[in-house]
Amino acid sequence: MKDKIREILRQHGRLSKDVDTLPDDGDLYEAGMTSHASVNVMLALEGQFDIEFPDRMLKRSVFQSIASISAAIEELTSGGG
Amino acid sequence: MEQGANAASDVIARARKVAREVAAPAAAEVDREARFPKEAIEAQRKERLLGAFVPTELGGLGCGMTTLAAICEAFGSACGATGLITAMHHIQVACIVRHGGDSPYFRKYLQELCDKQLLIASATSEVGTGGDIRSSVTAVERDGASFVLNKDATTISYGEYADDILVTSRRAPDAPPSDQVLTLVRKADYTLTKTTTWDTLGMRGTCSPGFRLESKGSVDQILPLPFGDIASRTMVPFSHILWAACWLGIATDAVSRARHFVRTEARKKPGTVPPTAIRLAEVINLLQLMRNNVHDAASECESLMKKADGATDELLSIGFAIKINNLKIASSQLVQQIVQGCLGIVGIQGYKNDTRYSMGRHLRDALSASLMIGNDRIYARNASLLLVHKDD
Ligand SMILES: Cc1cc2nc3c(=O)[nH]c(=O)nc-3n(C[C@H](O)[C@H](O)[C@H](O)COP(=O)(O)OP(=O)(O)OC[C@H]3O[C@@H](n4cnc5c(N)ncnc54)[C@H](O)[C@@H]3O)c2cc1C
Repeated sequence: MKDKIREILRQHGRLSKDVDTLPDDGDLYEAGMTSHASVNVMLALEGQFDIEFPDRMLKRSVFQSIASISAAIEELTSGGG
Repeated sequence: MEQGANAASDVIARARKVAREVAAPAAAEVDREARFPKEAIEAQRKERLLGAFVPTELGGLGCGMTTLAAICEAFGSACGATGLITAMHHIQVACIVRHGGDSPYFRKYLQELCDKQLLIASATSEVGTGGDIRSSVTAVERDGASFVLNKDATTISYGEYADDILVTSRRAPDAPPSDQVLTLVRKADYTLTKTTTWDTLGMRGTCSPGFRLESKGSVDQILPLPFGDIASRTMVPFSHILWAACWLGIATDAVSRARHFVRTEARKKPGTVPPTAIRLAEVINLLQLMRNNVHDAASECESLMKKADGATDELLSIGFAIKINNLKIASSQLVQQIVQGCLGIVGIQGYKNDTRYSMGRHLRDALSASLMIGNDRIYARNASLLLVHKDD
């Protein structure tokens, strides 16, 4: 799953660094992701994983790192969301 | 933090008195000469109003958002420029109170602010970014415990008259444009060189030309939270609510001039309703809409701020961001519509600049509302948020 997230970030995150050099817990905002780009990342994730992020998850902290995105997707796809 | 209802109403009463007795009589001259409304700011200092949002234990008045909105409305109705300066100052103070509260440096600063009634200006917009507050060209350069921060600011309201300035910049020279911090620079440590003029249609007394800012200081002066969080939690909601409150004041004063005009007409022919009365009913309808909008957003924001803890801060929700953006767009359009409606009611008496019904200053001040952070920029932001917002 993290590879798919990295691919989406590569396409839509508009990071100023190479996403492959970023650790799972690296801060995406510090890596240059704007709030506008984060909306595109959310939309791409929703399409890729066939999920909908509920409003409570639409906040900066959920999209802060690859690890936090992956935790949110796991919560949504495990049926617990 | 919030004082009891009586204390809040006492603060509002003091603000209204200063607005009526000091700001209003100077408003025409402030506008004509495009000069800083020094007497209105000095009078606010005497009433200790510049520390309104600072908690009482640090020497402030401990007011909440609804009280701040009432203060900005009062000054906006007396003099648009004073209203906007007052709003801008409280927005900066709120960023420090809400995000610097745990730092010994900022606690001491807030005590000094209340003690000396310091006035804080804002340098967010920059040559190259315009109204996009979420991106910076310049960066703060740290060297051990000190920093250097230089910025080509397009617009700094009351820059020359402020005691201190809050400045956005990139976190470091190698940080991307959106990775920003907010830094307080102190008057003794900065120089401002004027780069443009401020001969505008309206809001002339805000004295907001462009400046080259050169500053230094200690790294304690950099607020610890990323600016992105400060913007969503505080700077954007406080800006939209307090600007809207100031514009509400402008609209209210225009309506009260129109109302006086219609009553005077009615007294000339008792028993008949003057034809302009129906237009007055119309602008009062719009004014009620605007007032409800502003008051509702201020109360909601105040209660969300009280409820918020680290984990659940609804101020960060997309729903609230959309709402607070809509408040800015709607209020900036309504103030213009209302003032123009009032000009239609009073006619030539309002078109003249020297009658008790003059509307020129109100209209020109109101025209700035849709430009300060362009409405289309805000619509574009909402359009993108709505793609992921689920609550309908
Ligand atoms: C009275 C007044 C006082 C001010 N005081 C201060 C101050 O103290 N400190 C400070 O830092 N700034 C201040 N400003 C500046 C303000 O915050 C903005 O920077 C400024 O209004 C933006 O100017 P601009 O027209 O160059 O806008 P730009 O943001 O460059 O926009 C230009 C035009 O493009 C449109 N546009 C931009 N982006 C988009 C988009 N994505 N989609 C569609 N349309 C878009 C806008 O709506 C606008 O019509 C002040 C402005 C005013 C009017």
